[in-house]
Amino acid sequence: MNTKKLAKRTLLKNGTILDPVKEKEFEGNILLENGKIAAVGNINVDDADVIDCNGLVITHGFCDLHVHFREPGREDKETLASGSRAALAGGFTRVCAMPNTNPPIDSPESVRFIAEKSQNCPIHIHPIGAATKGQKGKELTEMAGMVDEGAVAFSDDGLPIMNGGVMRRILEYSGMLGKPIINHAEDDCLRNDGLMNEGLMSTRLGLPGNPTQAEAIMVHRDLELSKLTGAKLHVPHISTASATHHVAEMKQHYNLVSAEVTPHHLFFTDEDLAEYDTNLKVAPPIRGNADRKALINGLRDGTIDCIATDHAPHTIEDKELTFDLAAFGMTGLESCLGAVLKILVEEEGVDLFTVVKALTVNPRKIMGFETNLFTEKVAAELTIFNPKEKWVFSRNDIYSKSINSPYIGKPLTGKVKYTIVKGHLYSN
Amino acid sequence: MRLQNRHLLGLEGYPKEDIQTIIDTAFTFREVLDRPIKKVPSLQGKTIVNLFFENSTRTRISFELAQKRLSADTVNFSASTSSLKKGESFKDTVQNIEAMKIDACVMRHPTPGAPLRLTEYVDAIVINAGDGTHEHPTQAILDMTSLQEKFGYLKGLKVGIIGDISHSRVALSNIHGLLTMGAEVTLCGPATLIPPQIEELGVSVNYNLDEVIEWADALNVLRIQMERMGVNLFPSIREYRSKFGITSERLAKHKKEIVIMHPGPMNRGVEIESAVADSDQAIILDQVLNGVASRMAILYLLLGGKAES
Repeated sequence: MNTKKLAKRTLLKNGTILDPVKEKEFEGNILLENGKIAAVGNINVDDADVIDCNGLVITHGFCDLHVHFREPGREDKETLASGSRAALAGGFTRVCAMPNTNPPIDSPESVRFIAEKSQNCPIHIHPIGAATKGQKGKELTEMAGMVDEGAVAFSDDGLPIMNGGVMRRILEYSGMLGKPIINHAEDDCLRNDGLMNEGLMSTRLGLPGNPTQAEAIMVHRDLELSKLTGAKLHVPHISTASATHHVAEMKQHYNLVSAEVTPHHLFFTDEDLAEYDTNLKVAPPIRGNADRKALINGLRDGTIDCIATDHAPHTIEDKELTFDLAAFGMTGLESCLGAVLKILVEEEGVDLFTVVKALTVNPRKIMGFETNLFTEKVAAELTIFNPKEKWVFSRNDIYSKSINSPYIGKPLTGKVKYTIVKGHLYSN
Repeated sequence: MRLQNRHLLGLEGYPKEDIQTIIDTAFTFREVLDRPIKKVPSLQGKTIVNLFFENSTRTRISFELAQKRLSADTVNFSASTSSLKKGESFKDTVQNIEAMKIDACVMRHPTPGAPLRLTEYVDAIVINAGDGTHEHPTQAILDMTSLQEKFGYLKGLKVGIIGDISHSRVALSNIHGLLTMGAEVTLCGPATLIPPQIEELGVSVNYNLDEVIEWADALNVLRIQMERMGVNLFPSIREYRSKFGITSERLAKHKKEIVIMHPGPMNRGVEIESAVADSDQAIILDQVLNGVASRMAILYLLLGGKAES
């Protein structure tokens, strides 16, 4: 990945401009001046640095609502700086970092630490604060103070808020602040010691299963509590047909809920675990094909708003273990576009607009970020990609500190060529 | 007379002709075990390590005896997984042992899939001696050897597997092996101990033990683990015994000959009554002897020993 400070004037020339806000697609140029949008359309100038975008799509910078950058505490797995590089390689200009660090981000001071440190990073990083102190699921955190320091949402991340009474109070309090709650939706008692999706594959492999109902029941409860409290709920990494159905039903008459899906729940099925690949050990687990298809349809029909990677770096030491001891999670920023374009557009015929919106305007809307990125004078936050390029994901494509990616060796379709953010141009 | 797979990790998808070859070879080793001198030089100069990451008495002794009868050099390694969690990784442990130049690893491990990982870490031949709740292929082969010995055939044989199917590697390997050999399998146990979608493997599930006894030619009775009671997988020993226990009273109601197997160790008076375990219809001790013979056959065929004279 090459890095270059943007020239005073840069012309993105002859690209297919995809405006996810106005839902318009047209051939044209974009002129950047001093790192800001100067003009979009048929503009032409002589004295600009020219980037040939022939055959490429120019759109808003991707926005990921779910990453783990491990700082503070596990800087051997990832840092805000190394995670930013992985994001840039994947076309992401803006991410929300989960609070399950060590110590967890559960106070205004710790939110400030992330916010201040992120200012020196090449992308925009927004801290998500813990919803309860120490992510213990019992006492509310100082959410208002955390919002003042830059927290954009609240979550106990991998730890489900099991107590419905606590969840209700969390939603009431965050609703007052207008910030979404993101609850890892799995009933802890039902998932029990499950290591993979429950079904024929778990029976064949002899691994304890985690039933789809563990997610569906928790999602249903959270949706009802969102309705009760009138607070925003964002369902992370939805993995089941049943939970998707519950979200769709709630969305028919209530508009404060949103949902995300990861590339890996769209790309893999539990049959891919046949060789006990610990890189496919994730929470919630990779499901069966019927669930995968339901997620694809959920994204197609708008039930699922956005694609989020749940980029979860782990060291080799934490992954090269027997299946029971290996950590949950996989990296996903660098492989995201190639995975989702291959599955959604190439294989399933989903409209490219739908996919781009799920990577750009939709996640920004959920968090209340600026969405009019093609407007003059707005700081340039752009991603330029080749939607048709076929490539094989390899270790060389990884910029994360960790290499726990099951995509290594997998053919993907669609590749990020340039990412523009904070006055710099990154080329893959 | 080589087997198609270099390792023996499980019986799912294992070739039928290879299972038959192992069983046939086991019968020839049974003859060796009946001789006054029970040792043959087939694996002289071969080194086999028995890696036991989980406690085992009978499987380890059975393997060790099989190795000694074949004149192989054997080393035993035992470690509790708790010590592994604290310090040295699984990978380091096995690569250290591999570095000492060994030909085969026999491994018991509490985690499903561990033997597959082992094949990636070492060049030696790997034999799965039980991986958690996944497979225990040598047990299933000795069970099939015992059934073949008793009935003379496996195709069309009706076998009931009784008890805790969910946590049983013995059950899963028996299911794969028996179905491959053309036998029919019915599972019987509390619904809480039957794994999800198991019927899709080609077996039947019946919660009524009397119906299964009426149907079956042989019953493989599994050990019930008392600790499952504490996590609501079954309510009490009394109730288990009354619904799923193999008692002489229950067998007497069915006017038929039925063969009783048990992989051991038995909970006498729980899943099997002493009177049944010690009766003529039980072939439990034949299974033990066939265990040595079957493991000799497997080691011999996998380690490519010269034809025994």
